[in-house]
Amino acid sequence: MKADPKGVLTGSHYLDGDHACSEGALAAGCRFAAGYPITPSTEVVERIAARFPLVGGTFIQLEDELAASIAVIGGVWGGAKALTVTSGPGFSLMMEHIGFAAMTETPVVYIDVQRGGPSTGLPTLAAQADMMQARWGSHGDYRLIALCPNSPQECFDLTLEAFNLAEQYRVPVVVMLDEVVGHMTEKVVIPPAEQLEVTPRRWTDKPPGEFLPFAPREDLVPDLCMFGEGYRFHVTGLTHDERGYPAMNAPTQERLVRRLVDKIEKNADKILRWEEKDTEGAEVVIVSYGITSRVAQRAVEMAREKGVKVGSFRLITAWPFPHKRIAELSRSVKSLVVPELNLGQMSLEVERTVAGRCRTIPVLHAGGAVHRPEAILEAIMEVAR
Amino acid sequence: MALNEIKIGGLGGQGVILAGIIIGKAAALYDDKHSTLTQAFGPEARGSACSAQVVIDDQAIAYPYVTRPSYMVTMSQDAFAKFSPELREDGVLIIDEDLVKPTGLPPGVKVFGIPATRYAEEIGRKQVLNIIMVGFFTAVTGLVSEQGTRKAVAESVPGNTVELNLRAFERGFAYGKELRAQRS
Repeated sequence: MKADPKGVLTGSHYLDGDHACSEGALAAGCRFAAGYPITPSTEVVERIAARFPLVGGTFIQLEDELAASIAVIGGVWGGAKALTVTSGPGFSLMMEHIGFAAMTETPVVYIDVQRGGPSTGLPTLAAQADMMQARWGSHGDYRLIALCPNSPQECFDLTLEAFNLAEQYRVPVVVMLDEVVGHMTEKVVIPPAEQLEVTPRRWTDKPPGEFLPFAPREDLVPDLCMFGEGYRFHVTGLTHDERGYPAMNAPTQERLVRRLVDKIEKNADKILRWEEKDTEGAEVVIVSYGITSRVAQRAVEMAREKGVKVGSFRLITAWPFPHKRIAELSRSVKSLVVPELNLGQMSLEVERTVAGRCRTIPVLHAGGAVHRPEAILEAIMEVAR
Repeated sequence: MALNEIKIGGLGGQGVILAGIIIGKAAALYDDKHSTLTQAFGPEARGSACSAQVVIDDQAIAYPYVTRPSYMVTMSQDAFAKFSPELREDGVLIIDEDLVKPTGLPPGVKVFGIPATRYAEEIGRKQVLNIIMVGFFTAVTGLVSEQGTRKAVAESVPGNTVELNLRAFERGFAYGKELRAQRS
């Protein structure tokens, strides 16, 4: 369906990434947000607090991130599209509820504007060190979707997309910014509402009595029903059967948890997004994401001037990870160079995928600033030599 | 037009960031160019040296940071001292000549000064200093269009101060135009 024009700020704007996320949420039809403001994500909730009431939405500032991350899940079960916004220390607190959202198949959006960690770390400075936390942070087996914008425009586009993916797969979706992307200001074009595709909630067309709230359709994703409309609807973090009732035994666990993983992995080809440039015939390919992809671009230009055949691969979806495509690339290149603002996270996933078919060269930076393009260039030249 | 790097420095509270937003917005929204604004983001207090960095290009901008600015605007002596070593040796330095006394610049740097604080006081509000500098910058550098920047000013300041700020813009622009005519 098309976006509700009430929430769509059509036009060309000069916005930072944080504000663009807020507009993406509004365009997606999000009308409930809860948060505990934290640098460098505060601007997202500031704009939400100003804008939501104008379109019939609600923003609640709560006492902490535990409250915020569970309030949004309640918001979803109450029928709203909902999100919360945070940075590292808050993201750590939200882990339990991300697992709860995964287990209860709650379509909810989390925005994490990454700063230096661990702990309170570098409140005002960039890092990309929550990537593995997004993937593995909550206990147990589950899958979620994580997206990595590298510009304010993409902050708008991918926040909207995050809501669509959350609804399509009934899964928590995390939008992983970094401080630089969150605070950089660029042109953001917001199209008219009738050009924006918005995924509606998967409301069941089955009547009460016939509907099983956790029985999947062919795509492994179950439909939803609305509380208060006559359905029996039980939501629990315990292992549950297709009726939603606790059934704590091995066969139910196998069926349920396997499906939570499979609904993402088997639909990965439909979920995955990446950007690829000049990889054909390249001897080196840079694999990067977020702000680092833009820094890497300068290194790529420098390497080209030196005559090196270098391509670039930008992760837009970090999770699920594009295993198939990275594996293909590993068969045709000498090396994959992976710069990131952490001491080895997505580079590990690349290395695991490549399985020794080519060299993986991580270019690691602990955060607090971006790479010097020369540092990435050096890694490229090392292979070219 | 190739890539142009601009750095604007001053004291927290002078409207340094807003000046950067207006220049960046004029380029990106009204001049059909690309621009990226980044700002020093930290626990800076009002009164300390702060900066806005704008990159303007005809093509999409990858690397967002200013490394060797060819244009620099400084609105305080502290900001001049802190940032001027970054300016290119053939760069353009734009100053409020009442607030900044430049020293030790490479000979190739072109300096354009305006008594912006005095003009702001004449207009009736010291706070419009930054907009006078934006007008002056527009005339002196030609990097952003007069029409586009005027629009960006009107859009970026509080509604009840638009007229005042446009007067400030005109004052800076007129002074810059004249100065440029004299120099050429």
